[in-house]
Amino acid sequence: MTLLEVSDLEVRHGQLAAVNGLDLSVSDGVTLAVIGANGAGKSTLLRALAGVLRPSRGTIRFDGQDITAMPAHRRVAAGIALVPEGRRLFPSLTVEENLLVGTYRKRPGPWTIARVQELFPWMVERRRQVASQLSGGEQQAVAIGRALVSNPRLLLLDEVSLGLAPVIVRRIYEVLPEILDAGTTVLVVEQDVSQALRVADRVQCLLEGRSVLEGTPAELTPDQIEQAYFGLPPAVAGGTD
Amino acid sequence: MTAAVTTAPATVRVRRSQRSTRVGAPLLGLAVLVLAFLPFVAYTTVTSTLVTFFILLIMATMWNLLAGFAGLVSVGQQAYVGLGAYAVLWMSDLGVQPFLGVFLAAVVCAVIAIPTSLLAFRLRGDYFAVGTWVIAEAYRLVVVRSDALGGGSGRSLTTLSELDQTLREAGTYWTALTMVVACVVGSYLLLRSRLGLALTAVRDNEVAARSVGVDVTRAKRIVYLVSAAGCGAAGGLLLVSTLNVRPDSVFSVQWSAYMIFIVVIGGIGHIEGALVGSVVFFALQQALADYGSWYLVLVGLVAIAAALWLRGGLWGALSRRTGIRLFPIGYRVDRPS
Amino acid sequence: MDWVNALVQGILLGGLYALFACGLSLLFGVMRIVNLAHGDLAVLAAFLAYATATVTGVSALWATVVVVPVFAVLGYLVHRGLLERSLAAGPLATLLVTFGLSIVVQNLLLESFSADSRTLDVGSLVSASLRITDDISVSYLAVLTFLLAAGVLVGLQLFLSRTQLGRIVRATSDDPEAATLVGADSRHVYGIATALAFATVALAGLMFAMRSSFDPNIGPSRLIFAFEAVVIGGLGSLWGTFVGGIVLGLAQTVAAQIDPALTLLAGHLLFLAVLAFRPQGLLPARSM
Repeated sequence: MTLLEVSDLEVRHGQLAAVNGLDLSVSDGVTLAVIGANGAGKSTLLRALAGVLRPSRGTIRFDGQDITAMPAHRRVAAGIALVPEGRRLFPSLTVEENLLVGTYRKRPGPWTIARVQELFPWMVERRRQVASQLSGGEQQAVAIGRALVSNPRLLLLDEVSLGLAPVIVRRIYEVLPEILDAGTTVLVVEQDVSQALRVADRVQCLLEGRSVLEGTPAELTPDQIEQAYFGLPPAVAGGTD
Repeated sequence: MTAAVTTAPATVRVRRSQRSTRVGAPLLGLAVLVLAFLPFVAYTTVTSTLVTFFILLIMATMWNLLAGFAGLVSVGQQAYVGLGAYAVLWMSDLGVQPFLGVFLAAVVCAVIAIPTSLLAFRLRGDYFAVGTWVIAEAYRLVVVRSDALGGGSGRSLTTLSELDQTLREAGTYWTALTMVVACVVGSYLLLRSRLGLALTAVRDNEVAARSVGVDVTRAKRIVYLVSAAGCGAAGGLLLVSTLNVRPDSVFSVQWSAYMIFIVVIGGIGHIEGALVGSVVFFALQQALADYGSWYLVLVGLVAIAAALWLRGGLWGALSRRTGIRLFPIGYRVDRPS
Repeated sequence: MDWVNALVQGILLGGLYALFACGLSLLFGVMRIVNLAHGDLAVLAAFLAYATATVTGVSALWATVVVVPVFAVLGYLVHRGLLERSLAAGPLATLLVTFGLSIVVQNLLLESFSADSRTLDVGSLVSASLRITDDISVSYLAVLTFLLAAGVLVGLQLFLSRTQLGRIVRATSDDPEAATLVGADSRHVYGIATALAFATVALAGLMFAMRSSFDPNIGPSRLIFAFEAVVIGGLGSLWGTFVGGIVLGLAQTVAAQIDPALTLLAGHLLFLAVLAFRPQGLLPARSM
């Protein structure tokens, strides 16, 4: 079943169409990784899906319902949660308060604060610590936890690895299977292609706001991905290899 | 400034003036000339009404300079209106002719503004606004404590009442006209100078301006001093035209309300805005004179609406639609067609 | 003994200032808005209670029960109708809008109620007082006001730190966009904060009106008291505002003990001294 269906989506930043006529669909329970270079429109796509940016053209359907015009706060209630780029925790709130705030919409589901704390046990004893004092990796974990406790059907992860040491990134991605097992569908945006290929069932590569390559990690060759990622014509890419 | 012209590609012309400016400047000059002759031909009721208008225009121009160009939104310029009035009173006690006193009051206020700015500049944004207001209140309370200046009930300016009434009215009028021209032309020259360029840079992006070496605080302080001087002169004119001063009214926040409303309605950040706004405000004030303070309710509502929906004010809207500029402080880049 | 009395009265007066300032502090802490109409809204509340009491014949204390909720609703509407738009248009617009509101309210009151001074009559509450020693006696009203101020501040603090809605208010204040990502409608949340601020303004306006006379022009000078309390205490901190209010009250009463004409000036000078030597305030806060 298709959970998310995006058709002919265009999102503009002033004159620039950051997302330009994009089609995309995510089936229930399938992890989609959207990859692409800097400025390919990945984050813009996720922000439009979460409702923070208003598309200038196209439609977004979630669970069969047209949500293109739905404001961001109502999309949370509908079951979409975004872990934004740069974490965006509430700096003056404690770890526990950041998680509590995530439960604001009271969507029923498998995720509770206790369960998030099982996933990241350090959060128990440091629950009274203010979020601004956490390290980048810890902030990322809290941001994921904050999104999970809203019990989303679709979790959008924006550049989880950005600015974090590889070992920390690995530890954060280690929890992904448990999130999927709980029935949450995940859409990740990554610059780190190998990381994306490791976790995803399907991959879609963006270039200048358009989808240029799509498939399962098994089908796609490294050459194809490299060409799509950098926007190189096939012959040239082959020649320089 | 010439560097910007010479480095521009040859196909582009960079210029400051345009047709509306070249027509407008002589027209304004002519208007001032006509106004200067008015006391010889018009009744004193006309000239004294114009004095009231000139005082408003000076205050509005000074507030516009401060808020519209230096980003210093003050609700405390009545400090200098009050101090200016009392400066003229005090100097007249020392034997200074009050018309001359108006000019000296401007200097006195600029001097007082130096230490004041050291305190006020510790506050940012909205807090600067209310902070300057508290400072104005403090000055009022200090003045009230002086028995020589009439204490809480104020005093009259006696040295001028000895003068023949027609001569006094004409003198007041010419002093006010001179101050208006000085303030408007002064703001224009100030904004055309390097300082104006620095202020534009600060308005667009303060951090970037600092990083290219603009001394932001110095630029703002100069504008603050100039604005204090202008408001001081306006206060001096108030005393000279009414011949008496009460601390409660001369230090009233009402003056700030007038300045702000005029500029917001006329167009903040446009020199012409203060002029247009003063005309609108003054017309409303005169037209609704019989209805108590309803004009302030009306003007307040219009100003709220302008702040929300018409951000360049009346002049901004007009200038955007027609391209007319009377005081070209920026540069225009034209591609010959 | 006069001095001890002055200190006691100063602390009690400071309670009133703190109660009055907490609305200003709350709006600044949550939305970075300095509400220049703060003083005039307090006066509006007093006139509303005065009119209610005059028309219906109920006592001014009962009028409070009507006016405070009415102001909460008014606050929500003012936010959704005006402040929300002005926040989108930038900080200058917000300042201009609240200043415009101040002048409009002030002159509407002037036209409707004339410039005469009035008082809210609460009977024996003002005149009756508690004798502590032979030299010190405190009026019930002053004690009640102080307790009310402490109660409101503790209540607000508990609301912000212990309730889900309070946490959402703080979260929205930290990062409005991130707050929408957890499902909060920032416009509604800000509306609630404004409603709370208006309710406390009304309460403080009524306590002011019971204590001393009021007229339509007194709003701006009242705003200055609130502003001084907030800055002296430290921006964005409710406890700071409480301390700031009390310090201001003390400064005024102690100065009045020396020379009654110095009352207001002492408050202003204290404010300027804090600006010069401790611009972060006495109890600066990280956030609310």
